Amino acid sequence: MLKRARLAMGVLLLATFAFMITGSFSPASAAESGIIGTLSTPGGEPVVGVVITATDADGVITSGTSDDKGDFTVPLPAGGTYLVEIDVTTLPAGITLNNEDDASRSLLVLGGDKKILIGLSEGGDSGIVSVESGSTERVIQLLLDGILYGLMIALGAVGMNLVFGTTGLTNFSQGELLSLGAFTALVFNTAGLNIMIAAPIAIVFCAFVFGWGQNRILWRPLRRRKTGLIAAMIVSIGLAILLRYTLVFFFGGGQKSYEQFAGQPGLEIGPFNTTPKALILGLFAVIALMATVTWLQRSRIGKATRAVSDNPALASATGIDVERVISVVWTIGAGLAAFAGIYLGMTQTSVWNMGQRVLLVLFAAVILGGLGTIYGAIVGSMVVGVFVQLTTLVIPTEMKTVGALFLMILILMVRPQGLLGRKERVG
Amino acid sequence: MDYMQIFSLTITQAFGVTALIYLFAAIGLNVQFGYTGLLNFGQVAFVAAGAYAIGVIVLTFDLSLWLAIVVGMVVSTLLALLLGIPTLRLRADYLAIVTIAASELLRLVVRSIAFKDVFGGAQGLNGKLGRQFHDLNPLPADIALPVFTWSRQDLWVVIVGWGLALLATLLVWGLVRSPWGRVVKGIREDEAAVLSLGKNVFVYKLQALVIGGAIAAFGGILWAVAKQSVQPDTFQPDVTFFVYTILLLGGAARVFGPIVGSIIFWFLLAGFGELLYALINNGYIEFLAAQQVGSMRFMLMGLGLMLLMIFRPQGIFGDRRELALDAR
Repeated sequence: MLKRARLAMGVLLLATFAFMITGSFSPASAAESGIIGTLSTPGGEPVVGVVITATDADGVITSGTSDDKGDFTVPLPAGGTYLVEIDVTTLPAGITLNNEDDASRSLLVLGGDKKILIGLSEGGDSGIVSVESGSTERVIQLLLDGILYGLMIALGAVGMNLVFGTTGLTNFSQGELLSLGAFTALVFNTAGLNIMIAAPIAIVFCAFVFGWGQNRILWRPLRRRKTGLIAAMIVSIGLAILLRYTLVFFFGGGQKSYEQFAGQPGLEIGPFNTTPKALILGLFAVIALMATVTWLQRSRIGKATRAVSDNPALASATGIDVERVISVVWTIGAGLAAFAGIYLGMTQTSVWNMGQRVLLVLFAAVILGGLGTIYGAIVGSMVVGVFVQLTTLVIPTEMKTVGALFLMILILMVRPQGLLGRKERVG
Repeated sequence: MDYMQIFSLTITQAFGVTALIYLFAAIGLNVQFGYTGLLNFGQVAFVAAGAYAIGVIVLTFDLSLWLAIVVGMVVSTLLALLLGIPTLRLRADYLAIVTIAASELLRLVVRSIAFKDVFGGAQGLNGKLGRQFHDLNPLPADIALPVFTWSRQDLWVVIVGWGLALLATLLVWGLVRSPWGRVVKGIREDEAAVLSLGKNVFVYKLQALVIGGAIAAFGGILWAVAKQSVQPDTFQPDVTFFVYTILLLGGAARVFGPIVGSIIFWFLLAGFGELLYALINNGYIEFLAAQQVGSMRFMLMGLGLMLLMIFRPQGIFGDRRELALDAR
């Protein structure tokens, strides 16, 4: 009795602890849809113990195992495109897949249960199927996915790099600017606005409230107090935690979709598999990034921004209003980040820690391109985006962020100033 | 409202197992950040290394817990070398980003399906991880404490844990007043000056990282032994920042900073939560749901970290001059 009570308490403690750290998030209980199916041999015998996993575009994995009747269920939190993989090493000896492409395929789940068919054959000399991963079609598909992913990262990274360039702040709450964008759009969307209207309003709202306002209320006073850069960095971490749990407080821990375009049917253009919304968002992202670049190159304030990035003291001495430049940079950066968040929210789902998940990829992108270099953020993002997708050819999809982080550590060892950075002492 | 019960739950958490785990991480961080000025944002990786060493050795390989503890120390040392050698020559903010990235990298690897056989995937490793430790429990079976509400098993962990935490604090005290301690503090104040004295700054930094990492890994070992479970998603980067909050609250570069910080941090966090739960359950607060209390605690923590850093970065007992808060 005592032992049971102790165990129960242990489990309870564990549960509360997990709740504390991850903010209570149980994919199994929140499942609204799932991938279901039955595995059986051609002779009708159930195939037991085969692991099937589904990975969403963020690298979050859910899995299911076939039971003693051969049935399996992979619970999914929401509709979307998933990479469904069969762990071929868990197939019993002598059982192979009819179609080797079944081992790993992209699947669109609209909500509700999606049944998948997996043909198995018996016999053959080994239970291990080699998945042909280097096919040109897959490479082209991943390249497109990578470019679209890279565009999203670039939108988030430009603001971070502009702020770093002009103020020296390594902003750990940049990810939350993305989340805030996605959730602001969600608020307008649930209030009845079509997402096509809600998105631009949310972007402008975020730019002024969370960008200009944040700088005005928090960062400018801190600069006036001459707060050190490391102290400011830790302040940004506190802010990130505060904002993240504020989102949980108001919206809960579940994944949210916009009312329109949530389960848009896929589109096949030649060898590509994509959705119309991803293409349109990608197009808008290109326009936004090009506009930013043009603004930096041509406009007066854009040129001033580059001057401040280069040397704030010198820029100030030539009569540039550094504080004004910083205000503008925060506004634009937050607007672009909000767009990146909506981009993520539309192509995947909005969830309270979406920004945190993407933050390290943003860091990888800006470090790769060169911290503080403005075009470096864009170049780095595209490289990271494509690299992350292409690495799934050789490493499991669930570990694709590992590739980006590894790339970042590698670049810091070889060329710490990044691809476009100036050589300077960083040690 | 039962105020005594709220107090009892709060104080149990303030000195409890979870607080101890974070305390070890904070003592380790004090060596790295407080005394040496290393901005290690990947402290959770060392905690995870300690915890997983126990999980893998005891559960996956079915070997002795005592061997697992030794392995935990070795693994944390290796991790410190692996992290430190490429990054300790970099500027502070680069070091911060690389260490946080490395801690995430580690978490993604141990939760992956590819290594499920060893690390247990997303479910982690659950089982009788601390059996050999709990078998040594000398406490009588019907022990009942006033105020504190630990089980017999937790009480045993808490007694040994606090003993070790005091030992670790003593070790830090000895270290920082030794010649070694003067050199690392010198590195924090002015790296170039120490360099010009002919000291190998890189090696000293690496040593600080290894020592701090090993102390943090002890927190992980305690985690695995006390909770009998190791799960990858509990090792989120946020853990590192809670540890920073604890350290900054008590005062970085103060020997007793982590202990004071830890007790106050958990007392405030637990007390706030318990009080709010009680107010909601007794109907005094109706606009909040009980599930929202969890997120409110963390909102408070984030706000606390911000305010602490802005208005009193030296913490309660710290000395403002002894803080490495300017990027070099």
